[in-house]
Order: sequence, then C-alpha cells, then structure tokens
Amino acid sequence: MSKQAKRPLTQAEKRNRLISWGWLMVSLAAALVVWFCLSIGEKTGRSFPFIPSVIAGMKTMLDRDALLGDFASSMISVAMGFGLGFVTALPVAFLMAWYTPVRKIIEPWINFIRNIPALAYAPLIVIMLGVGRAPSVVLIWICTFMTMCITIFHGIRNIDNTLVKAAKVLGANDMDIFFRITLPATVPFILTAVRLGLSAGLTTLLAAESTGAQAGLGMRIRTLQTTFETNAMLGYIILIGIIGTLLNTFVDVIERRLTSWQEKREEA
Amino acid sequence: MAGEAGRGVKIRIKDVKKEYHGDHGTTIALNGVNLDIMENEFVCVVGPSGCGKSTLLNVLAGLHEATSGDCFLDGERIVGTDVKRGVVFQQYALFPWQTVIQNVMFGPQMKRMPKAQCQEIARKYIRMVGLEDFENSYPKELSGGMKQRVAIARAYANDPEVLLMDEPFGALDAQTRAQLQTELLKTWEQEKKTCFFITHDVDEAVLLAQRVVIMSARPGRIKRIVDIDIPYPRDQGTKSDPRFMELKAEIWNEVYQEYLEVRK
Repeated sequence: MSKQAKRPLTQAEKRNRLISWGWLMVSLAAALVVWFCLSIGEKTGRSFPFIPSVIAGMKTMLDRDALLGDFASSMISVAMGFGLGFVTALPVAFLMAWYTPVRKIIEPWINFIRNIPALAYAPLIVIMLGVGRAPSVVLIWICTFMTMCITIFHGIRNIDNTLVKAAKVLGANDMDIFFRITLPATVPFILTAVRLGLSAGLTTLLAAESTGAQAGLGMRIRTLQTTFETNAMLGYIILIGIIGTLLNTFVDVIERRLTSWQEKREEA
Repeated sequence: MAGEAGRGVKIRIKDVKKEYHGDHGTTIALNGVNLDIMENEFVCVVGPSGCGKSTLLNVLAGLHEATSGDCFLDGERIVGTDVKRGVVFQQYALFPWQTVIQNVMFGPQMKRMPKAQCQEIARKYIRMVGLEDFENSYPKELSGGMKQRVAIARAYANDPEVLLMDEPFGALDAQTRAQLQTELLKTWEQEKKTCFFITHDVDEAVLLAQRVVIMSARPGRIKRIVDIDIPYPRDQGTKSDPRFMELKAEIWNEVYQEYLEVRK
C-alpha cells in the first residue's frame, strides 16, 4: 500500500488532479457569486451579509470571549457522544449480525427512532438529566449510535460468505475467522459508519444544545437569533460546515490508508 | 482398503442424499449418490446446472452436511472442514486485503507454523504457478487467471491430500482457461493429489480426468461413469486425438440429453 503511495504521479494523474482542483475553484467562485448577490438584496441581505460583515461578527464573538468556548464545548460534546456511540455501536452491530433474536428485538426500534428528529425528544433528555453537558452528550450518543450501528450491521451481513468458507477449508477456527476475515472485511463499512456518525453528531448539535446548554456552537446560534445578529450567526453556521468538511477529509485519509485493497469503483 | 494396482480408495461416497428446505418446499439436490475415488485419481464431474454437483463438492468439503448417507476419507467419516481437503472456488475467494504471498501463507499460518517457514512454503507454490513477480500485489491488481493461480497455490500450500475444485476455470476466457488446464495437468503429474474437479465443460473434463462422472438432475444422481483411457502426459494437443473426440462426443451427448431433460 505504502509502496503505491510513494510512486511518483503519472502525467495523466497530475492532470486529473489539476482538473479537479480547477473545478473546486469554479464551484467556490460560483458560491461566492450567489452569496454576494444574496447580500446586496434588501431582504436577503438581512440574512446573508457578505464576508466582511461575517468576519466582523466573528471578531465580536471573539472579543466577547464566546467563540473559542463555544467551539471547545461543542467539540467536547461531539467527541464524547460520538466516542460513546462508536464503542457501543460496534459490539451491538456484531451481536445483531450473529444472533437473530438480538436483531429482531433491536432493529425495528432503531429504525423507528431514527426517523424522529432529535429536536423532538431533546427536552425529554434535558428533563431527565438536567441542564449542562450530559444531555447534549447523550443526545449525540443516541443519534450517532443508531446511524453507525445500522451501517456496521449491514456491512457485516454483506461479507462475502465464500471468504469465510475459504478460510474454514484452510483450517481457520472461529477466532481466526473473526480477526482475519470478518474484521478486515468490515473495516470499509466501519469507516463509512464513522463518516456518517460524525456527520450525525454535527447535525444533532443544534438539537443537543437547544435546551439548557451553557455554551456551544448550536446554543450560540439560537441565542444570536434572539438578537438578530445574523453576521455572527452565519459565521457560526459556516464554521460547523468547515468542521464537517475537515472531519470528512480526515476519514478519507484514513480510508485510503486502510482500504486501498478494495476493488476501485469507477469514478464518473 | 488396498484396491487394484496398489491404490486404495481415497474417498468413499455412500448413499448420500441432500435436501434443502426452502420457502417453496423441499428440494432434493442429491439422492442415492455412491462413488469411490482412488488415491491420486483425477475425477471430473459434469452435468447440467442444478444437478447437484456443487452440492456434492460442498458435502465432501464438509461445508454442507448430507441429509443422510456418509462420505469417508481414508475410511474416516467426513465431519466438517479439514485441511486434508483443500478447496478451489470458482470465484477465487482470495482475501482482498492480503497480498498474494499473504494469501498463500494463510493455510500454513493456521497450522501455527513459524512465519519464515510459512513464507518459504508460500514462495515455493507462488513459483509453481509462475507469479513470483507478483508476490506483493493485491488481488485487485491481478487478472482473473492470475487470481485463480493464486487460489490454486493457496490450496497447494496447505498440502491437502484431496483437492476439491468447483468449476475453477469457469469464469475465465478460453485462452486463459486452456493455459490453466495445461498447468494444472503438469502440476498434478508432478505432485500427485486426489482431485475432484467439477466443470460444465466436457472438453475440460475429458482432457483432465481419468474418469468422468456424468450426473443427472432433479434429483442429482450419478448417471454414468466413463473411463478416459488416454495416457498422460496430456496437453492441449490431446484435444485433436481421435479417442479424445470420440469420448468427448459420447459424454457430450449424455450431458445434452440431461440438459434437455431439465428443460422439459
């Protein structure tokens, strides 16, 4: 794998890379144009101030000693909720794949709860756990758990059974099969689950911090709403988007390292 | 158990019946199958699809259990899988996250041999199939024919007494298939093993086997066994031998009749 990574790029690969960068720039420029047009409109401008005002708004939040605290608080909540979600989803997904009763009991409820917006049951968690970080973490935990559990479960179920057969006839016992076949075969699905889980964690942030949170990006967006400070609000929203993109890129890098053995799907 | 010419019965299939219980009732895949395979014999099984030839292989491999009847290896009843019975699958079944050498090493590693020894064994068989330059490649970088060579090397590296092959060349193009047939013949002549080879290609069966077993469908039974009295060594040139063509025509007709039977 590493041998491939160190290989110098061919002319065609260099060109392809340049082309995809080019498209990214075009896409960015198009977004800026749309944004600018929105910002000069009388009504739309109220909601979508352009870059200088957004930066000024963020500067104000920094001066108020809010921005860094909000960022740190949200990241801690997401990290804790996601971490709990991951360590619980992994074993539950395996249990669901291996034991039909476990699946029959759990799966319908995951599917049932997954379709309810987290915002709807957030107050119930706050009433139960009181204000502070705990309800945020628990809410993110619930949402990331459901997403990751279902994804990993389907991954395990899709493992090519011939590989298990091949390992068996080569003398592998159940332990060998788990560590040398099931686990590596599940890695791509675990990474997809991580990707979806991180995204679920961020999208739940607003609901998680909707009631009773002391700080946080989601909580701040709600308070800024009451004072009509749309410039800072838009800054916070964009910040969440940037965090999501960075996390996604991070998973991409890990994915390339761990699953380069996969047959490549043709890119359009 | 010594048979004629000093050869013993390696595999005994006795009254094997296999039923599957599905949503649409019970299907009898095999019924009353009896067959003795001699030590180091090369047996090919042909028959229309759905005649239960793969089922029979799976029962011999210990991957499926017969509904009734038994199979024996050296007089010992077959229960579950065992390294004595190596399997080559049609879909290669290589572990995609492992390199060629890691795939071939898998069997020896399962025997908890020291790593250096596993590598040594693996290299020997990778050389046998002529892939020494691809030792560190991943399966995705190999062609279908190369993948199947790795699968054959992997089966050999475990030093099985019996090789069970389930249409191993079925997914390959004609030229690659011919090449792998020749290679397999050479390997078998060098390092004799009892081979149980399933194919739907009559040419392939007559070229490789000492005996061709023709199966009939629904339920799968053994219809006829044909001795292929063409001396080894054989190669692709054997296909133009008059005796080859005679046997091929005879077997082909039988299989075709079975095929028509199934279509009815």
